[in-house]
Amino acid sequence: MDIKSVLMIIISMVFINNFILSKFLGLCPFLGVSRNIKPALSMGMAVIFVITLSSIVTWLIFRFVLLPLNITYLRTIVFILVIATFVQFVEMVILKKSLSLYRALGIYLPLITTNCAVLGVTVLNINSFFTQNQPVAGSFFYSVIQGFFAGVGFTLALLIMSGIRERLMLNDTPSLFKDLPIAFMVASLLSLGFMGFAGFRF
Amino acid sequence: MEKNKSLWQEFSKGLFRENPIFFIVLGLCPTLAITTSLENALGMGIAVIFVLVFSNVVISSIRNIVPDKIRIPCFIVVIASFVTIVELLMYGYFPQIAKKLGIFLPLIVVNCIIMGRAEGFAKNHKIIPSVFDGLGMGLGFSLAILLIAGIREFLGTGKLFGKIICESFSPCAIFILPPGALFTLGVLIALFRRIKKGRADGY
Repeated sequence: MDIKSVLMIIISMVFINNFILSKFLGLCPFLGVSRNIKPALSMGMAVIFVITLSSIVTWLIFRFVLLPLNITYLRTIVFILVIATFVQFVEMVILKKSLSLYRALGIYLPLITTNCAVLGVTVLNINSFFTQNQPVAGSFFYSVIQGFFAGVGFTLALLIMSGIRERLMLNDTPSLFKDLPIAFMVASLLSLGFMGFAGFRF
Repeated sequence: MEKNKSLWQEFSKGLFRENPIFFIVLGLCPTLAITTSLENALGMGIAVIFVLVFSNVVISSIRNIVPDKIRIPCFIVVIASFVTIVELLMYGYFPQIAKKLGIFLPLIVVNCIIMGRAEGFAKNHKIIPSVFDGLGMGLGFSLAILLIAGIREFLGTGKLFGKIICESFSPCAIFILPPGALFTLGVLIALFRRIKKGRADGY
């Protein structure tokens, strides 16, 4: 575990391989809640929260349950179940502990279960930080970092997009392109911009 | 006769009228990510049809047993099981395509189309209509991604199914990169809205 590879993971997750704009993970919430800035921010926070914690939980389950029992082929089923129950659990805890946080995140939490970014990052963690079914050095730490910053990248793209779409509402777009098609065009230009980050090297 | 007609309607609605990609706009992640070549799109399309039909059958047959409150986790387990079967089959028989689809193969689980059909159709319909619904929706999804992949592969590399179509055509690589995917889908959605509007107006 060294500082260089940690930096590389951060830059790659937030800019170069931004989950929405270059990997196409989590597009449904990206288009669904990017009409206004405020809900977009809440959704982003909820995603960062869930994605980080599920990176931790799924890593532990993969390392200490699936690997010793030699049932790694059940990965997809186990992960999605863990994420689904986990999201439900988080929702209940937040409801009990903080009503204001629940109001901010609450309605977005159930949506996150079917957000491919969450399942995507957990599968990606396993693919990139386990070689021949053995964790690489610092594997756990890398997974958490990767999860957290994937969420940050998601939030960044969501915020930029919602800022643009708030202004787009006021513009006069051709009727066929109203709402979704024009949003795709904007996302296309954004993703073109993000491609410029591909030159980052350490 | 009446019955056949309604089954045909369940099947055909997914092809155009309620096409999951162009009109309902669901299941976008695989649509955009794997449509860099027709080969990938074909592999993804077949995988999705398989999962959709079988999960619709199972969900429709257990619809009266599963309590309403825990139905979503139950549906997800059913879907995830079929996705795992597809994943193992693909790696066994078509390892090259499976490698190219990579992370998007397990991610069929969270493809909104499948959960959407389970919630919206199979949950309260009998087995046979659910099969036709799954087939139609899966086929509509596959045709849509094949169309997108065809456009992107031709404009981006000048090839179709990996074969060069026109020697003198110099391709524009942006179409196989992420921005090209978003652009193509945006234009196609607008185009299909126009066609549907034209049909409704009686042209």
